[in-house]
Amino acid sequence: MSLLKVRNIETYYGPIMAIKGISFDVQEGAIVTILGANGAGKTTILKTISGVMDPEKGTIEFMDQRIEGMPPDRVVRMGISQVPEGREVFHDLTVKENLMMGAYVRKDRAGIQKDLQMVYDYFPILGERTAQYAGDMSGGEQQMIVIARALMARPKLMLLDEPSLGLSPRLVKEIYEIIVRINKEQKTTLLLVEQNAPMALSVASHGFVLELGRIVMDDTCEELLANEDVKEFYLGIKEESVRGSRRWKRKKKWR
Amino acid sequence: MELVNEILQTVLSGISIGCVYGLVALGFVLIFKATEVINFAQGELLMLGAFISYSLITMLNFPYWTALLVTVIFMGFFGTLLERTVLRSLVGEPVYAIVIVTIGISFFLRSVVSMVPGWGTDTYGFQTPFTEKFVRTGELVVSWEYLAIVLITTALILVLFAFFRFTRVGTAMRATSQNQLAAVYMGISVTRVFSLTWTIAAALGGIGGILLSPITFVHMNMGFIGLKAFPAAVLGGFGSLPGAIVGGLIIGITESLAGFYLPEGWKDIAAWIILIGVLVIRPQGLFGIQEKKKV
Repeated sequence: MSLLKVRNIETYYGPIMAIKGISFDVQEGAIVTILGANGAGKTTILKTISGVMDPEKGTIEFMDQRIEGMPPDRVVRMGISQVPEGREVFHDLTVKENLMMGAYVRKDRAGIQKDLQMVYDYFPILGERTAQYAGDMSGGEQQMIVIARALMARPKLMLLDEPSLGLSPRLVKEIYEIIVRINKEQKTTLLLVEQNAPMALSVASHGFVLELGRIVMDDTCEELLANEDVKEFYLGIKEESVRGSRRWKRKKKWR
Repeated sequence: MELVNEILQTVLSGISIGCVYGLVALGFVLIFKATEVINFAQGELLMLGAFISYSLITMLNFPYWTALLVTVIFMGFFGTLLERTVLRSLVGEPVYAIVIVTIGISFFLRSVVSMVPGWGTDTYGFQTPFTEKFVRTGELVVSWEYLAIVLITTALILVLFAFFRFTRVGTAMRATSQNQLAAVYMGISVTRVFSLTWTIAAALGGIGGILLSPITFVHMNMGFIGLKAFPAAVLGGFGSLPGAIVGGLIIGITESLAGFYLPEGWKDIAAWIILIGVLVIRPQGLFGIQEKKKV
């Protein structure tokens, strides 16, 4: 079943059209990834879904309800929470206060306490440092806070914007293992935006390739991994061939 | 002994006036932290609060404490109204434009007060439970009017502290001032936070007004106290709530001592001299933190 249906959305930054008519579906319980270079419009898609930006055209349906143009706080209440890019913690709030802010829209105290424990199980380091200010934590720990905080809202759909950005390969692997566990154990559907294509394709089941505001490929991750263009331009794997040295001449098939 | 008492008494009156500066400075800082706007009408909110409580006590014969409560509630509503009608439509406009609007509001409030029948441009006073009551310890005689200001301000600060530290909404307000975008992603309604900030700032102004009235009396230009509270807020680091109170106290005490021991005229510039002195040594103010961002 499609949890999220995006149809023909167009979003502008002032006069610049950042998303040029995009449609895709996210199936319930899946991990879906959006790949693309800088400026392809990945973050804009997430911002449009979460209501921080409004689309000029098109519709977004979440659990069969239209959510495009809805104020962001209502979108959160509907069950979509976002892990923004760049570790946006509340630096002068403690770890625990940060997590409690994640549960801001919830009223069930017992459930919140239970989820706090759940989050500490996923990220034991946060459980050890509940009283520390988030601003004093390392980059990896801040990324954990941001993911844990989004989880505290008990979302049905979690939008992750480049969780690997600026982290060491080991930490990226660690965080991705947890993301997969969250998906399996909490049944949270994940929409993952990444530049780290190998990582994203290894965990996701379905993927889209975004170029300059358009979806140019839409396939299962196995197919994408096998695709020559994805291999060359996103995975950096180049097959040795006569024409390999003339990469600049080669055309991507989708153009 | 005489001298010690004299100094103590001067300092104490400085502390109490400093508390009022601190309250007004708190209003500045709260609004600045939430919305990045400096509300130059903060002093006029105090003035309006003073006139309201004056009317309640002298015209409608309200008891002091009831009047205080009603003034606070009224001013809270007034702050909300101001935000809803004027400031909300300006969200996203350049900060200087909004600041000019707050200056406009301050002129507006002063003219409105001068036009209301029974208020006008005269100076008024009213009786409080503390009028003409003193505490004596040995040689030292302290007026209850000053003590009451200190006590009520202290209580108020404790309440505010608990609100921001321990409640869900208070934490959300702190979160919003630290990272507005992340707050939006948490489902915090930023417009509600702005609105609540104005409510609190206006209510603080109202309390400041009712506390200050017995000392400076009620008049149209009471709002110029903002000119003293502003350096207090800057002194404290403009962004630090405890800093605003400490800044207010420092300026209140200096001013009081300067007024007593220095030639005429020094009283009014003492605040600014202290401010310049502190800023030369610590440009970020006493409690200010330079923005640090981990990469």
